Amino acid sequence: MKHLLSIADLSREEILSVLDTAVSMHEVQHRDVKKLPTLRGRTIINFFFEDSTRTRSSFEIAGKWLSADTINLTGKGTSVSKGESLRDTVLTIGAMGVDMMVVRHPASGAPAQIADWVGCSVVNAGDGTHEHPSQALLDAYTLRRALGDLEGRHVAIVGDLTHSRVLRSNLLCLQRLGARVTLVAPPTLMPSGIAAWSGADGFATSYDLDEVLPTVDAVMMLRVQRERMSGGYFPTAKEYAVTYGLTPRRLGLLQDHAVICHPGPMNRGLEISADAADAARSLVLDQVSAGVAVRMSILYHLLAGEGSQE
Amino acid sequence: MVLSSDDINRAVRRIAHEILEGNKGPDDLLLLGIPTRGAHLARRLGEALQQVEGTEVPVGSLDVTMYRDDLRRQPTRAVEHTHIPGDGVDGKVVVLVDDVLYSGRTVRSALDALADLGRPRAVRLAVLVDRGHRELPIRADYVGKNLPTSHSERVMVRLAEHDGEGTEGVRIAGPADAGERAR
Repeated sequence: MKHLLSIADLSREEILSVLDTAVSMHEVQHRDVKKLPTLRGRTIINFFFEDSTRTRSSFEIAGKWLSADTINLTGKGTSVSKGESLRDTVLTIGAMGVDMMVVRHPASGAPAQIADWVGCSVVNAGDGTHEHPSQALLDAYTLRRALGDLEGRHVAIVGDLTHSRVLRSNLLCLQRLGARVTLVAPPTLMPSGIAAWSGADGFATSYDLDEVLPTVDAVMMLRVQRERMSGGYFPTAKEYAVTYGLTPRRLGLLQDHAVICHPGPMNRGLEISADAADAARSLVLDQVSAGVAVRMSILYHLLAGEGSQE
Repeated sequence: MVLSSDDINRAVRRIAHEILEGNKGPDDLLLLGIPTRGAHLARRLGEALQQVEGTEVPVGSLDVTMYRDDLRRQPTRAVEHTHIPGDGVDGKVVVLVDDVLYSGRTVRSALDALADLGRPRAVRLAVLVDRGHRELPIRADYVGKNLPTSHSERVMVRLAEHDGEGTEGVRIAGPADAGERAR
């Protein structure tokens, strides 16, 4: 593994290797001295052209705990705002001798494009509405801790599927791990042509959340991305909350062992009610905690072994 | 075959006696095996100590992968589990347990890993086989068998817990049969 651009590039074995290593990384999180010398002398640039709290901070913490030097750059406050092209900016950073760029960008495919330009490793930390592979890996990690092996498990992914990059990564990742996936969304937020997505077959779709909930082992609620919505995808927030939100009433439809995930940030009262977000079966904070461990594992896999740098 | 299964168990029992003699009893002892076979040996050593002394000695494992100095020279290694029983390594007499002592680099990594976990009162080293060729100023306190080897030879340790019943033993393989993974 040199880059992490899409879950589609990973085999089942590679996914399991990342998840297994993350278990050991999680142990480090509970130590007094949270520091491993593994990536000493390596430099990681977190290049975020879009706002982020948990992804950026957890990539930074992951790098620091592995003793890499991490530097954060945002679109604002760099030469990008002076009109420099993306290519010139990343080539400039690449010329400084960095070992990895962690990139978030509003344009789908930007990290893959950057990986073609620069010689260092590139990690996709979310690109447009395309993919967010590290999120999918940490979701899978969290679900495996809660449910055990995901083979044959049923997971519903619910909400704003059209604008979600978490969706594609999670769908691919869960399927690689043998889980059965059902996508639930209003017709306006169901991506068009979803059946033709490469590598993703054998998933179900539904417009009826009440019908799906009693059969799932896990339900993954996705954020309604109002900042990406220009038209009327649903009449009112209230109507969305009633028809597709995880309301207190819908909590009662879940099986006893079923768990709730949300990649955050949550719109409480819209796609998820406070009762659901704070329920004992909610894994929202476990996901954040797993984020650092899984990202440490990703950095380890990309930077530690031979041939990781050319 | 250099050591048979019986020879291995005899060596483990002798090392248990030596540890108790050196430590003047089982107080503060903590056995940490280096995965994977070192961890199995540490468990056997713990059982032997219990048989001799009648008190249970805590046994754990210490993965040193993240502390190795040769990560960049090899494909990505799988990371094994670290398990420190009880309330940590502070003030304990830690006995590191591994199957083969060779360059000493694994033990160097283990010492670094231990330092990040706390401050043991003392650290000792027990190995099943010492094959020489040290590259660092490191020696073992307890040795099952000293095995003079050449660089081109391979020392292969097989334990029933890890490699299956009937395979147990220590063998030296010449360069010709280096196909099997060995160290």
